[in-house]
Amino acid sequence: MTPIGVDEWVARSDDRRDQRGWRGRLGYLDARFGWWQRLLLVGLAAFVYGEFVVGGNVNYAQTGFNVVLYAILALGLNIAVGWAGLLDLGYIAFFGAGAYGYALFSSHAFGNLPLATGGVMLPAIASIPIAVAGVGILGMLIGLVALRLSGDYFAIVTLFVGQAFAEAANNVAPGTLGGANGLFGLQGFHVGSAAIGSTLGYYWYAVILLVVLMALLHLLDSSRTGRAWRAVRDDSLAASAMTISVNKVKVMAFAFGAVVAALAGTMFAAQQSSVFATNFSAQTLILIYACLVLGGAGSIGGAVLGGVVVTVAQQLLSSPIDSAYLFYGIILIVLIARVRPWQYLAAVLAAIVGFGVAAHAIVAAISHRAVAGSPGSAGWFATALRHYVIVPRGEPLTYGNILYIAAIVMVIVVVQLKGIRRLIAVVPTVYVGVCCWEARLTVDPGITAQIMIGAILIVTMAARPEGLLGTRRVEVV
Amino acid sequence: MAPLLELEQVSLSFGGLRALHALDLEVGEREVVSVIGPNGAGKSTVFNVITGIYTPGGDIRFDGESLIGRRPHAITRMGIARTFQSLRLFLNMTVKENVKSATYGRTHATPLESMLRLPRALREEKEVEAIAEDVLSFFGQRLLGYRFNQPAYVLSYANRRRLEIARAMATGARMLLLDEPAAGMNPNETHEITELIGRLRDERGYTILVIEHDMHVVEGISDRVVALDHGEKLTEGTFHEVANHPEVVEAYLGRNPEALQK
Repeated sequence: MTPIGVDEWVARSDDRRDQRGWRGRLGYLDARFGWWQRLLLVGLAAFVYGEFVVGGNVNYAQTGFNVVLYAILALGLNIAVGWAGLLDLGYIAFFGAGAYGYALFSSHAFGNLPLATGGVMLPAIASIPIAVAGVGILGMLIGLVALRLSGDYFAIVTLFVGQAFAEAANNVAPGTLGGANGLFGLQGFHVGSAAIGSTLGYYWYAVILLVVLMALLHLLDSSRTGRAWRAVRDDSLAASAMTISVNKVKVMAFAFGAVVAALAGTMFAAQQSSVFATNFSAQTLILIYACLVLGGAGSIGGAVLGGVVVTVAQQLLSSPIDSAYLFYGIILIVLIARVRPWQYLAAVLAAIVGFGVAAHAIVAAISHRAVAGSPGSAGWFATALRHYVIVPRGEPLTYGNILYIAAIVMVIVVVQLKGIRRLIAVVPTVYVGVCCWEARLTVDPGITAQIMIGAILIVTMAARPEGLLGTRRVEVV
Repeated sequence: MAPLLELEQVSLSFGGLRALHALDLEVGEREVVSVIGPNGAGKSTVFNVITGIYTPGGDIRFDGESLIGRRPHAITRMGIARTFQSLRLFLNMTVKENVKSATYGRTHATPLESMLRLPRALREEKEVEAIAEDVLSFFGQRLLGYRFNQPAYVLSYANRRRLEIARAMATGARMLLLDEPAAGMNPNETHEITELIGRLRDERGYTILVIEHDMHVVEGISDRVVALDHGEKLTEGTFHEVANHPEVVEAYLGRNPEALQK
C-alpha cells in the first residue's frame, strides 16, 4: 500500500464527486461489477424472461428476440464506432448482406438458375458460416477502400455503401434477390432433423449468441487488439508512432463489426423467414445508433442496455395504453427528479392538474364543440382525462400540429428559464404537451415512437453525455 | 564503428518553404545528442522525417538499414521511438494501458487467439504486464500503484511527459527521440528530467536524440550538441563549443553581438 499523498487526494476527489446522485451511482455500479458478473446478470435476466415471462405468448417472445437482436447489432456497431472511433454509417449494409446471404442459401432464390432447380437449401451449420464469412470479406474490402479517407469523408463513403446496399437489393437481379418483393419462405435454422421451429427457440438462440459475443468481445477488448483500437481512436498519429499499424487495425475493426452484423442478419432472416430491402433502411441504422449512444459507446454493457431500452420503448410506444404509461411516467419521473424540495413538487403537480381543469372549464363555457373530442389514449386514461384535456370534435389534426409546435417552443423556453420562473413555466408546458399527446401524437404511433425515442435520447444525453453505462471521455485537455 | 543513426543530405520542402536542407547528422550507439535552434529552425521536422511522418530527400539509416519510405509503425518497430512536443497520449486510456498499447509491435497474438485466450495470447499478455510495470517503475513512485488504472487525462503535465517517455520505452526501442522533455516543467522537475535522461542511457542503454530549449538541461545531458537554423546545420560539437559559436549566438540573439555587449 503506497502512502496517500496530497496529489492522490486531489486525484481521487473526482471519484468522490461522481458518486453522488443516480448518475454517479450508475457509474459506481458499472465499475463495481466485474465482466463475468455482468455476463451472468444478462444471462440470468434473459433466462428469467424466456422461462417465466414469455409463457407461450408469441408477442412476448418476439419482443424478447427483437431486444436481443438490437443488443447484438449495437454490440457490433460498438466495435467500429465505440472502440476504433470510425463513424461507420454503412453498418446496416452488413446486417442486410448477412440476412440476404442466409436467404440465398435457404430458399428457392437460386431456383431459376440451371443447376439449382428447387433452390439451395443448406443446413444452418453451412449457410451461416458462408453468409458471415462472405460479409466479413466484403467488410474488409470496403474497409480497405473507405479507410483511405479519414473522419467525415469516411462517414460519407460508408453512408453511400449503406444506401447502395438497399438500392442494389431492390433493383439488382430481381429474379434472384426478389426486388421489392424480397425473398420469402426461407427455411429456418436446421441441422439434420434438428430445427428451430418457434419464436421462443430463436430467442434462446439469440440469447446464447449474445452472451458468447459479449464474452468474446470483452476478451478482445482487453487484448492487444482492443488496446490498439482505442489507441487509434484517441490519437492515430501517436498510435502509429507506437508500433500500431493503424490501417490494418482499422480494417480489422470494420470487418469485425461487419461479422457481428452478419450474424445478427442470418438470425433475423431465419426468424422472420423472409427478407425485404426495406428491413435495412437508414431508419433501422438510426435505431441501432440510438441503442449505442444511449447505452454508452465504448461499453459492452452499455450497448446491450441501450438495445434493451430502445427496443422496449419502441414496443411500448406501439400500444396506446403502454405508450400512455411511458409518456406520463417520463413526465412524472423527470418532475420528481428535477423539482425539489417536495413542497415545490406537490405545488407544481397540483398546479398542472388545476391549470388543466380550469382551462377545460373555461373553453367548455365558450364553446362546447371545442372540448367534445375524445382523448387518444385508451383505457382508464381516456376516462380520467375527459375533463382535463382540450380536444375539439371532428378533425383535431391541425389543432394538434399547432400544439406540437407550441409544446416545442415552450420546452425551449422552460430550458432557458431559471428558478421559480421555470417552475411556473413548467405548468402550462406540461399541459400543452399532454393536450398535444392526446390530440395528435396518439393518432400516428409509428411517427410518435420515433419522436419519443429522439426525446428520450436528448434528455439522456443532456443528463449523462457518456450514455447510461459509458465512461466519460475527453477529447483535448 | 558505424553510427547507429545516420542522416545523409536530408532535405524536405513544404511547397516553397525549405524546412530541411542537406542535413547531415550522426548519432553513435549510447550517445546523447541534443538538437538546439530557434523556433522554426526545423528541429521537430528532423524528428518527423526520422520517424516516417514525412518522407524526405536524401537518406536516413538506422543500424545500417535505410528508413526512407517506411511507415511510422514500421520504423518504431525497428527500434526508434519518440515522444511528442505537444503531448499525444491516449488520454482516455489508463496509465497502464497507454504503456501496454505501445507493445503492439512486439506481440503477435491474433484476435482469435486473444478471444479464446490461447497459450500465446496468455503468455504475451503476461510479458506485456511485466514490461508495463517495469517501464513505469523507472519513474519512481510517480506512475505506480493507484496511478496504474487512472485515465491519462487526470495526470499532471509533468507526469504526462513521464508517461510519454514510458510509452516510448515500452515499444522495445533502442533509441529514443525526446521532443522537448522539459517544456513546461518547473525548475525542480527540470532538474529531475536531466537526471532521468542520464539514467536512461546509463541504466537502460538507450541512445538518445533530444530537442531541448532549456540550456541547463542541454548542458547537463549532452555528449554532443547540434545547432540548427533555417533547416541547416550551423555547427556541432560539445556544449561549450556550440554555445559560444558566433553563428549560434547570432541565430538566438540577432546580428552584431559586439553591439549587445556594450
